This record gives sequence, structure tokens and C-alpha cells, in this order.
Amino acid sequence: MKNLYFIAILFFSMTSLFAQDIEVDTLKKINLKEVILIGKQAQLEQKQFKPLATIDEYLQQAGTVEMIKRGGYAWEPNINNMSTERTVITIDGMRIFGACTDKMDPITSYVEVSNLSEAEISSGQSGSCHGPTIGGSLDLKRSKSTFAKKGINGYINSGYEFNNQQKIIGAALNYVGNSFFIDNNIMFRDAENYKAGNNNEVSFSQFRKLNMSSTAGYLFNKNKYIEGAVIYDKATDVGYPALPMDVSLAEALITSLKFEYLPLNSIVSKFETKVYYNTITHTMDDTKRPNVAIHMDMPGWSDTYGMYLNLNGKVKKNSFLAAFNSFYNLSKAEMTMYPSDPNENIMFMLTWPDVVTFYNGIYLDNTYVFNPNSNLKVSASLGNHFNEIKSTFGLESLQIFYPDMEADKSRMLKSLASNYNWKKGNFGFNFGLAYGERAPSISEAYGFYLFNSFDRYDYVGNPDLKNEQSVEGSFAISYKPSKFKTSLTTSYFHISNYIIGTPDASILPMTIGASGVKIYSALDYATLIKSVLDFETYFTNDLKWVNQFTYSYGKGSDDENLPFISPLAYNSKFQFKKRKFASEIGLQGNLIHTNYAPTYGEIKKPDYAILNFASNYTFDLNQNKLNLKAGVENILDSEYSTFADWNTIPRMGRNVFLNVNYGF
Amino acid sequence: MKILKYTFLFLLGTMLSCSSDDDTTIEQIVTELDGLNKVQEIANDTHVIELYSSTGTLEQGFNGISLRIKNKTTNEYEKNATITWTPVMHMAMMMHSCPKSEIAKIASKETLYNGYIVFQMAQNDTEYWDLQVDYTIADVAYTATAVVNVPASAKQRVTSFTGSDNVRYVIAMIEPTTPKVATNDVTFGLYKMESMMSFPVVDNFKIKIDPRMPSMGNHGSPNNVDLTQSADKLYRGKLSLTMTGYWKINLQLLNNIDEVLKGETITETTTASSIYLELEF
Repeated sequence: MKNLYFIAILFFSMTSLFAQDIEVDTLKKINLKEVILIGKQAQLEQKQFKPLATIDEYLQQAGTVEMIKRGGYAWEPNINNMSTERTVITIDGMRIFGACTDKMDPITSYVEVSNLSEAEISSGQSGSCHGPTIGGSLDLKRSKSTFAKKGINGYINSGYEFNNQQKIIGAALNYVGNSFFIDNNIMFRDAENYKAGNNNEVSFSQFRKLNMSSTAGYLFNKNKYIEGAVIYDKATDVGYPALPMDVSLAEALITSLKFEYLPLNSIVSKFETKVYYNTITHTMDDTKRPNVAIHMDMPGWSDTYGMYLNLNGKVKKNSFLAAFNSFYNLSKAEMTMYPSDPNENIMFMLTWPDVVTFYNGIYLDNTYVFNPNSNLKVSASLGNHFNEIKSTFGLESLQIFYPDMEADKSRMLKSLASNYNWKKGNFGFNFGLAYGERAPSISEAYGFYLFNSFDRYDYVGNPDLKNEQSVEGSFAISYKPSKFKTSLTTSYFHISNYIIGTPDASILPMTIGASGVKIYSALDYATLIKSVLDFETYFTNDLKWVNQFTYSYGKGSDDENLPFISPLAYNSKFQFKKRKFASEIGLQGNLIHTNYAPTYGEIKKPDYAILNFASNYTFDLNQNKLNLKAGVENILDSEYSTFADWNTIPRMGRNVFLNVNYGF
Repeated sequence: MKILKYTFLFLLGTMLSCSSDDDTTIEQIVTELDGLNKVQEIANDTHVIELYSSTGTLEQGFNGISLRIKNKTTNEYEKNATITWTPVMHMAMMMHSCPKSEIAKIASKETLYNGYIVFQMAQNDTEYWDLQVDYTIADVAYTATAVVNVPASAKQRVTSFTGSDNVRYVIAMIEPTTPKVATNDVTFGLYKMESMMSFPVVDNFKIKIDPRMPSMGNHGSPNNVDLTQSADKLYRGKLSLTMTGYWKINLQLLNNIDEVLKGETITETTTASSIYLELEF
């Protein structure tokens, strides 16, 4: 709390400092928001170093995001050092929930760069318009045609990565008429095992992924618009070298229908509603692993039906958003173990007992513009989070631990946030105070013997957990004179009833080789801080120096470090770009992991620093229609692994890539 | 949903109570056999004794048995008989009996008599069980005896052993009959061998349980409740089964002053107790 007071005092002293001189300037917010551009096709080739990078590689660029790696595929995005239970990940505002009890399928694994234009990362409660969150939100925005450029267009692209023999092929075909458009794209990736530095092959790191997507829009008249979209994604033969199991199938169908209305001469400037449905099937597989103690099947399913309704409007100096969000999710996961004696009955359990999550909430925000330099945004939300266990089998299983437990549970989730923005000339700052709550995730509340290969404990959910409550203070300051740009953003979280597993020595583990059982319980509170300092400057028009320092802190009320908190990390690189040649040389690393969490299975990782040298060259042929990019990453072939690498799995070594794009 | 459930139960109740209004004896006799299947008949000159169990068979371990006595001349079922029974194992060198309950008419039934027998061993090629039924109707005593078929059970449902007090004990599993992935009510019978023919219930002991899955690292389950004696003399507790499959329920028998008479605590090295029962589902 002390830090919070400190920030509050700082805030008030600064407002009085700057309140005196008011200057007319176009107000540009500096937000606690990071936007990672992924690929409007037009920008794609020009701006991105490696256009056909995976979505995970794109997200890794964001300062507030850490990607937890369990192999070469489906990295888990943590925002502000908080994992997916504490964040909300959406695709165009749609809620989707992974079907894997071991977090092998974050939502980001069901989309492809060809689907997306950008990823918007909102820190803390500034992401609460997408749903109750503590750490923040990540909204993946679909790319789609606009009515500006009519006709047929498309592209074919292909890539090859030498390190893991990844073959990439994709195509798009779009048609834009006067009032109708349809976009279609397809992308396929097929990768073998990657090689860490020194040519050490990482077994079971292969993957294969097919993604198809269509979006069609129809403009009724100038202000009424309807749009349907579908994404189909199917990954097969995905290896997870850091885990004891792989995935034979991860399949998602994501559909939505959106209606937009732009009223004229009304307070409401935009009315948008969307209904959506998505279904995920996830099948784990251990049949290819040697020396499996007991063979098991672990399929999981997650179906979500949802809708939202957004009203944007403006009254004088207020612009507001009123939203209603509703979704119904059904998650189920099974575990079937096959005894070595074939005459013995199979061992079956429900690890997610057919759990319904039904959420209905309203969200309101209002931004009041004091003057062109400053504004204040206030937001509030209230929602009902309802869980019900549909399966009697599952309920009775959990009643072994909680005899009096009932099948359903209802929770109210609230949030309140305020954010003050100020900018004048080259200088800007932003200050926020917020409160938010979240309900326990399905694993945390209802998981049944979920093995965590990181700390090697079996986890059992706890339906009696209280809501997590976060008090958050955030502060951002930026200074952008012509010669350089610098900014510092800091978020502080005081999270009460911080949910985490604690060992219960009286319970025997189920998994062979597990150290024990952890029951989800709550620390009185935990404190997390994330601070990102950016500095960049142009030495010449072609040479840019980009620096980022990230400080993270996470400690529980028991004075133990929290897991997956980054040590002090830095990234300093020179980017050179001259016409068609681009090159960057950078030093990336972190200090020794002194804030590691032995209580949660972490081992102290040494500091690392790698010299990353990458280059690419763009060959524009045939009037910019055909271009080719070639590059090298991790040119020194360093072998390393960081705090974010599950079970110390090493990262990819030297990689040469080729990306070709032909647009028409 | 609850309202729906209660409405359904209410309707069911009214239907049942309606049908009992115009009951005839024959209908009742038929419904008395609901859920029961005939095992066999034991006949003498005057009567045929019909044995029933839920499965229509007997096997090693605990067997709930119902019987009724049909008068051969009238073809009617006797309603006022006083019955005792004696199961006997015929071995090469000796004969012995086994734990059993009294046999008495079920309060709600007209013709059915009920009890249980714990066959602590199975028959084999040379050794067999027979069952002698002695009964008195209107002060006249009758008897009937027949060999009964007691094959070995697929899983161990009964164990007999000698405790450190040199007494021979029998523990038989009565419940759960249909185990679930849940906290199951568990009921055992505990008997001691007083003589070859007498196996009375043992009072005030304690049976500790530790269910394990030997096929999967010998893992156990939480929140089991050791069995203690309840008012009906049987031993009851709670048995947690966290998944389907084969479970070995390791036992320890403790006397009334908590001394372990038989059985071991499961550890890394002692993976099974010397006394155990089994379940598979």
C-alpha cells in the first residue's frame, strides 16, 4: 500500500504543477495500452521484420507481455506477469476458453497472423471492458477489407525457416463490391523439431497447423452494416517438449455475426452487437513418448455461446461506452488411464467436471475532456458469474474433497477504474486508480487432480475460493522531443485473496512421480509491480537505437516470491534500415533470477545475455507485387533458457528464414 | 429443476399409494420379488424352499439372501415360519460353518424371509458348501438341506486371518455394491471364529482402510473414514474412490484398545497390507 500512497501523492503534486499552464494542443492519449501491429496485408511486408512470424513471436514484442514457453508452439501470454486466469483474451471482443487443463492451448494458439490486424494489450482494469480481469486484457483484432478499395485482391505467401524446417504457405482472396465484401484466407505451417543453440535438437517440438478464415460484410445503407466471420483452426501433431504429453489435435471453430448501426443526429454514435459461438476440441497424446509410466488419454472440450452489445456515444465533453456482455461456456475434460494389465478396468476421471460458466455483466465508461490537454476516464462494471457442475459424476468426485459442496455457485464481480490523462507538447502522463475482481478459473475452482509438470504437484480445485480483488495504481509518463522518445509505465497491483496452490501433505498424489497434492487456496494478498522503461532515438535517419528495460516484482503476503516473475530484463538494439536492407543487432538478456520462487518449483536461473543479430533484405519485383525477405535470427547460435521457459526448455538457436509474398 | 423433481416424486408417490389400495395377494407376492432373482430351490417332502439373491447367484463373500417356503400340498407360501439356517463347508478333513445373520421375515413382506451369509471361502473340486434350513410352522419342525453353489468371487470381497491375539477373524465387504467415483458409504461385517460352527459379530473394534490403486503407482485417496461399529452391529465408514478401475482396500484391524491385531500401514516400501479387500468398477 505504501507504494500506492506514494504514487497518489506524486499524482496530486504533479497535477497542481501542470494545471497552471493550459495550452491548446491536439490531445493524444498515452494509454496503458500497447498495440502490436500484426498485418494489414499492405503494411505487412513493409513494416515487419519477419512478416510470417507466428502470432506468439509478434506478441513477444510487447513490454507488458511475457510468453511462457512449453515448446515451439502455443506460448502462453502473461500480462503484467499474470497468467491467463487473471487476464482476459478475446478475439474481436469474443470470449473463448481453451479446452486444455494444462494450458497447452491459450486462445492465441487458435488464430493465425493472416486473421489479424493487431493485438491490443490493455493493462489492468483498462481491459475490463472485455470482461472481469486483474492483470489486463489482450484483444486480437481481425483484419478485414474496407469499402475504400473495390475489386478483387489477394496474395499468396510462403515461408521457410531453416532451423525447424518450418514450411509456411498462405493465400488470401478478397472481393470488395459497392456494399458487400468477402475475405478469405488460408495458412498452413508444418515444422519439425527445432534446434537450440549448438545444434541441440529439442525432441517433441514439432507442430502442424492449418488455419482458414472468412469474413463477409454487407452494408445495408450508409449506417447499417452486418458482418459474419468464421475461423477454423486445426493443429495436429504438436509437440510440447517441456511437458510429459503432446497434442494430437487442437481444433477450433470460431464464428460470429455482428450488426452495426450508426445513428444520425443522436447521442448514441454507434450501436454494435455481436452474437458468437465457438467450440474447441483438444486431445492430448502420449503415445509417441518413450517410457510412459502409464498411458493416458486426456481430451478436453470447451464450447462458448456469447453476445455483446456496445453503445458508443457523446454528450458535450463526455464520450461514453455502455456495454452488455454475456457468455455461456461449457468446459469438460477427461482423463482415461490404461493399466498395463489389459484385463483390468480402465481408470477414468473427470478433470473438469462439465462446468458451466454463465456470465452476464454491464460495463460503463465515460471520458470527460477537461480541455485539449487533459481528460478523465471513469469506468465501472458489474457482472454475475455463475458456475454449475453439470455432471453428477464430476460433482460426486469433488465432493470427496468438499462433502457439502453444491453444484452451482453464483458470484458478483465488480470493477471501478479511473484514469487521468494529460499531455502537452512533448510531455505526457497518465495516472490511474482502479479496483477489480475476478472469479476463480475452472481449474482453480473445479479442477480434479491436474498435474503441473513445473512444480510436479497434482492440483485440486477449491469451489470455496473467494473472488480475487485487486487494487491497482498505474502511472505512465512520456517525453517525446524530436530527438528521442522515452516513456516509463508502471503498474502496481495489490491483490487480495490471491489464488495459488498450497501443498496438502495429508493427500496422496495421483500422478506417478508427483511430489504431492496442492489445493488451490488463497494468500491474504500478493503484490505485483511491472515497470517498463522505453527509450529510443534516431542516430541518423536510417539508424535507430531502441531500448527497453522491464522490472517486475511479485511477492505474496507470506513473503515468498510468486512464480513466473521476470528478473530485471533488458533489450537494447540498433536497427538499421536502408531502402530494402534492414538489420538489427541487439543485446537481450536478464539479470540473475534472484526473485525466483522455490516454493512454487522454480529453480534459480542464471543471468543471460545473447547477442541477437538479424538481417533481412526485401526484394521487390514486378512493381512491388512480389517481394522476398530473408533474414537470420540468433546469428551467434546462443543456447539459453529464461525464467519463462517451462522446465528450462532451451530456446531456438540460429535460424535463417525466407518469406515470399505475391500480392494482386 | 428441483420443483420438477419433487413434482415427479409426488406423482410417483400418489401412483404407488393408489395401486396399493386394490392389491391382491398374488400381485403382492409378485412384487415382493422385485429386484430379486432365484438362486435355487431346496426341497423336502413337504416344502420347497426358494432361495433368492439380487444377482440370482451366490459367491464367496457376503451374500444377502431372501427365501420363502412353499407348501407342496397347498402351493401356498408360508407366512408364519420360524427359521434358522446353517451353512456348512465340507472339507476333506473337517467341516466348518461361516458368519451369518438371523433369518427373519421382512416387516413389509408377506412371505419373504431375509438374512445374510458370509462364505469366507469358495468351493472347489473336492470341497463344497451346503445349507441346512430348519423351520417351524405351527409347532411342527421341519428341515431341508441342499448343496449350494459358491464359486470364488472375481475380486476379494472377504478375508479371514488370525490376529496377534490368536483369534481367527473374518472381514467381509457388504457395501458399496455399486461403487462410484465419489465418497462411498462403506459397510463391512467383522466376525470371529469362536468354534468351527460359531462366528459371532465382534463388537467395538475398528477397521482402518487405505484404498490404493496398484496399477497406477499405488496412489491412494483422501478423506476416507475408518470403520466403526454402528447400532446394527455392522461396521461403517467412508470410502473415497477418485477414479474408476481396480482398487485394493488395505485394512488394519484394531481392537477396542486400539491395538493393531493385523494389517500394516502402507508406506513406500510396504505397498500392501497383509489383509485387504478389492473393488473394481
